[in-house]
Amino acid sequence: MNLDLSSYADLMTALAPELVLTAAGLGVLLLVAWRHRTVADLRAAGAATLAGLGAAAVTTWWLWWNGAHAVGIPAMIAADDFRFVSDWLLLGTAALTVLVSFHYLEREHLLAPEYYVLVLFATLGMMLMAGGEDLIVVFLGLELMSVCVYVLAGINRHSAPAAEAALKYFLLGAFASGFLLYGIALVYGATATTNLTLIGVQIRTLSLQSNAMLLIGLGLLLVGFGFKVAAVPFHMWAPDVYDGSPTPVTGYMATAVKAAAFAALFRVLGEAFGSVPAWQHVVWWLAIATMVGGNLIALAQRTVKRMLAYSSIAHAGYLLVAVATGTSLGAAAFLFYLVAYTLMTLAAFALHVLIDDLAGLAQQRPWLAFALAICMLSLLGFPVTAGFIGKWYILVAATAAHEPALATVLVLTSVVSAGYYLPVIMAMYMKPEPFAQAHVGMQLGRLGGAVVALSVAGLLFFGVRPNRLLDLARTSAAALMPPPAAAPGVAAPGPTIPGH
Amino acid sequence: MSGSVIIFWAFAGLAIGSAVFCITRRSPVASALWLVVTLFSLAALFVVLDAQFIAVLQVLVYAGAIMVLFLFVIMLLNLGRQAATDIKGPLGLAVGVALAGVLGFQLGVLRVAGPPAAILLPPDAMARAAAEQGMVGSVARPLFDAYLVPFEITSVLLLAAIVGAVVLAKRRL
Repeated sequence: MNLDLSSYADLMTALAPELVLTAAGLGVLLLVAWRHRTVADLRAAGAATLAGLGAAAVTTWWLWWNGAHAVGIPAMIAADDFRFVSDWLLLGTAALTVLVSFHYLEREHLLAPEYYVLVLFATLGMMLMAGGEDLIVVFLGLELMSVCVYVLAGINRHSAPAAEAALKYFLLGAFASGFLLYGIALVYGATATTNLTLIGVQIRTLSLQSNAMLLIGLGLLLVGFGFKVAAVPFHMWAPDVYDGSPTPVTGYMATAVKAAAFAALFRVLGEAFGSVPAWQHVVWWLAIATMVGGNLIALAQRTVKRMLAYSSIAHAGYLLVAVATGTSLGAAAFLFYLVAYTLMTLAAFALHVLIDDLAGLAQQRPWLAFALAICMLSLLGFPVTAGFIGKWYILVAATAAHEPALATVLVLTSVVSAGYYLPVIMAMYMKPEPFAQAHVGMQLGRLGGAVVALSVAGLLFFGVRPNRLLDLARTSAAALMPPPAAAPGVAAPGPTIPGH
Repeated sequence: MSGSVIIFWAFAGLAIGSAVFCITRRSPVASALWLVVTLFSLAALFVVLDAQFIAVLQVLVYAGAIMVLFLFVIMLLNLGRQAATDIKGPLGLAVGVALAGVLGFQLGVLRVAGPPAAILLPPDAMARAAAEQGMVGSVARPLFDAYLVPFEITSVLLLAAIVGAVVLAKRRL
């Protein structure tokens, strides 16, 4: 399906998933305006939200199935496989977050069904970020997402840490937006356009690769995105904000917000600045600093939630390695790892909702302990889990791009990360219960249990049979960065699994 | 030095000076009033750039409506008294000065480098566009044509912000 985005009808078709999601958000908003008093109303709003997310996912699938792609002059929104795959990831993450939230909101007596409206609008902003073909759309998507997540972080108004987290996130988020906007203004000043494809064309035709205005603008863009993905040295806000926010929101921030910012970063760097080599050096240093800093500080943490916060910073470093390669192989590795990272982090935070004390969990609740153990092993990058395949694929991309230093640091810091992932497993399986019946009365709820089971099953499935997902990642990466001509001496990427 | 250049530097200096006063005054009301001066100077700069319609909007919306709202909120929350300074000790001041130095250096670099000559518009481009499409048309046409998608996203953004503000501020949910 060829979409000429300068015609109104085709533009609406390309924007169909976003339009469906907007309609769902408005519908749920109307619903909760009338019915917002009881637990049943909360559940109804959650169910309506799930329906809206599902409808948007089906619309995205319909566009993907028909092979929608944009022709003609570049427009505001992209229509390529990278956008559709990112949209699925973001919609899926939002759906899992909603499923976890059902039980959490009731338990914490947060009878605010607007929660779900904000999740829908935040997801809309993320989809616009991942699909934005123009810096204005990327920025507005980022703001839409951020405004909703600031409120979600502080939705529990009776909790002082939540208020602190929300305010901190708001102030630093506004700061980051300022950097991003200043960068966009300077890039516009250097190229006279905000369209990503046209910026790339202008840079090549006017050979602006070393133009000071463009480079300062690019640097400010990287600072702004660095804040959003919590890359060292722009990570200071993350641990406190993750620690203070309601746990399902923390999971959402650590996965979907990060995924959307990374997708937008990848698109901006790939489409607009593909011919500017300077950003690779900057991202190279960001990746090294983030991997080393995140992993080392995580070792010193005493609570699981803060440990997971630093672990998510460390994983941003691994993803930055994939970005720094700047190849289509790196883009494919990036997409695959993003899916694996999302599954394991969401499951870990979903389990964290109810586990206060890890000691001796395995005797009382073997399945919960098993699920958390799989998450930790996958975060560590243990074989048979999706985390291993993802890291391995990033390593392949880094070595193929002749970046041995990045690959080495990735392996070494992964070894270091065993120092904080394995104690969690040891505590569950080797320590006695602190007191008898310590783990009785934990209720994940059926929906929360389904989320955890689904994520763990996904982690194990993609760890053993990653081929389909890898193929999808490879074809959608090719939409963004054309695959390189087969270089001699580079083996075919990806693990070859017998029987496929 | 032509007249418009003198006007530009006068209002640019006024904008920067009043912005500095806006962040250093301890009374919120004084800060807000200095911000009005900044926004008025920006409106004057838009006039110098041949963007009279934007200048009028700047005065109506920012210097007018939004500043009234600011003052209203400050008075409503009874924040009118002197507050403690926000600059925390010599370290905070040093960091602020250092950041300002970095920004100033950046501006110097940009002044030397400037945008590439190939993309610069002819000096009378704005006046010509205004003569062809009208002062309002040259703003409105792109807004509802090329920039339709961002324009619509802005409406969702404002709605989300209102929902968020109500969720956080309403006394009883």
